[in-house]
Amino acid sequence: MSETATNFGFTDAADDQDRQQMSYIAAISEALRLEMRRDENVLILGEDVGGEFGGAFKVTKGFEAEFGPERVLNTPLAELAFTGMANGMALMGLRPVVEVQFADFITTAFDSIVQFAATTHYRWGSAVPWVIRAPSDGGIRSGPFHSQNPEAWFVHTPGLKVVAPATPADAKGLLIAAIRDNNPVIYFESKPLYRSLKGYVPAGEYIVPIGKANLARQGDDISIITYGTQVREALKAAEQLAREDISAEVLDLRTLKPLDEEAILDTARKTGKVLIVHSANRMLGLGAEIAALIAERAFTWLDGPIYRLGGLDTPVPFSPPLEDAYRPNAAKIVQAAKELAAF
Amino acid sequence: MTHTQLSPQQKLELYYWMRLTRTFDDRMLALWKQGRGVGGTFSERGHEAIGVGAAYAMYPDDVVAPMHRDLGCYLLRGLSPRRIFANLLGRETGITRGRDANLHGMGDLEHGIIGFISHLPQSLPVALGVAMSFRYRHEARAALTFVGDGASSAGLFAEVLNMAAVFNAPLVIIVENNQYAYSTPLSQQTKVPDLVVRAAAYGLPGVTVDGNDVEAVYSVVRQAIDRARGGGGATLIEAKTMRMLGHAIHDGAEYVPRELLAEWEAKDPLRRYEGVLQQEGVADAVELSEIGERCQREIESAIEFAEDSPWPDPATVSEGVYAP
Repeated sequence: MSETATNFGFTDAADDQDRQQMSYIAAISEALRLEMRRDENVLILGEDVGGEFGGAFKVTKGFEAEFGPERVLNTPLAELAFTGMANGMALMGLRPVVEVQFADFITTAFDSIVQFAATTHYRWGSAVPWVIRAPSDGGIRSGPFHSQNPEAWFVHTPGLKVVAPATPADAKGLLIAAIRDNNPVIYFESKPLYRSLKGYVPAGEYIVPIGKANLARQGDDISIITYGTQVREALKAAEQLAREDISAEVLDLRTLKPLDEEAILDTARKTGKVLIVHSANRMLGLGAEIAALIAERAFTWLDGPIYRLGGLDTPVPFSPPLEDAYRPNAAKIVQAAKELAAF
Repeated sequence: MTHTQLSPQQKLELYYWMRLTRTFDDRMLALWKQGRGVGGTFSERGHEAIGVGAAYAMYPDDVVAPMHRDLGCYLLRGLSPRRIFANLLGRETGITRGRDANLHGMGDLEHGIIGFISHLPQSLPVALGVAMSFRYRHEARAALTFVGDGASSAGLFAEVLNMAAVFNAPLVIIVENNQYAYSTPLSQQTKVPDLVVRAAAYGLPGVTVDGNDVEAVYSVVRQAIDRARGGGGATLIEAKTMRMLGHAIHDGAEYVPRELLAEWEAKDPLRRYEGVLQQEGVADAVELSEIGERCQREIESAIEFAEDSPWPDPATVSEGVYAP
């Protein structure tokens, strides 16, 4: 606990006595540590992850001391090469967990992910079991290159799996599931939730299966389908809507690829009104695919148009009034939900 | 160049693998001209000594990531001509079961082979990762990979040379400098004609070798692999050669000066090695021709197998995207 002042509020998960109030980032750290203790094939690599430093967000602080520099591998600033290196390691049976320092930088590794890793099992039958941890999302005044949500590019890519936890428990459970999965998994972790969201995290081995959405709140009038940071906003919005006699259901997708289509269709058929929310810009974002799925397979249950809230079709702006205009939040969700409920 | 000592038997093996590669290549080109091919394909002509010499230098537990000019390497590592030809024809019996084209993606970890993708520098970081897995597990093994002069222009080439050096990775990188990246001559790719000099910038040893001399290739690659397996780190090898035909089968390569091709035709790796073997008394013309006939029979049988093989079942098109 004494390190709180020097490491951006992060407390080491191992020292966290209160499982009821574990932070989202401590849950990530705990998942990594448990998996590295369990399986010596699991290793971490990325920029600044090793040494005393332990990563830009301190997720791997103390890891090198416990696991040694070979398992907590500091790399040169070369995402394309070190992600490609993870491909080779994974083919040989290791389970590298790659940290791209910010999800925004994942573009520099695009070929290694989309061209090599995603296609290999289909082409010649060998598994590429790695995880890329991508600290994503904004709202924390970090500007165009430290705020992005690039998940749609990867959801568009056959051969990848994509997850985006919204709670501390899911942050742990989905990361363990991702590490044990035999496919390349991109794990979008939410920077805005890192230290601002706390909750109960089960101790020990805790796995949240990939491909299963979570009904975060039950409701009758409208379905809010969302993931990542926006789950918290949607839940806040649902509270407020309840006070105005609108009963909102919140579906947390948790896994973006493969989508839990049945959970999506179930909630759409239940309420007949769907609002899809994500931080990523709206144009061809995940909301477009979900809306198309509902239009194709739940059309006759609908009582109104499918609404989407997302980032604007602009780069992510820096200045607070601009970024607030750019991003969805609870207030915007309430407004859209009321409009849809009245339809 | 002092060559590592090779027995007459080993020399004949090198010759066999080069001859098999050339025979495969000749018959493949003929088939495509007859309209019996599927899609495009790539000729190895002129590169036989590199793929064969390098693969012959590997130990059984080493792993290689070859590319589309390294047919000899795939063959020597144990992929049968049948499975490879079936791959060229998109059949269910091919290495990729009709999923990947021509020589692309012909990976088989049972044989220590990583399948490549068209984005050619991509084999470099993958081979680096293989090498790092050996380092991680404290295994005395090496990874080997190939890249062309064209791909050496990509940033990834620099990234991997640097990381291989920093990590002291047991990796051998062979640049097959065949003078042309598709239609672009080396002089338009770089002002530095010797690509190997880049090794020094990263603190790596660099070696140049005559890519048309199979024993020389074998020798330098063997030394580099032994160094890597012994913990001595990575090596960059530049094998100078010439792409004797077009980039792919559709390409007449009219942009290559005829006199340049004539100059390299005189250095043809197969003919040249035949001369060496006869001069050294390892084999006479009759014995070499018998090896040629054996290769011919193997390739004809491979073609027959491939053409008789079933097409993949369209009902399986979605299978295998994910590992179980």
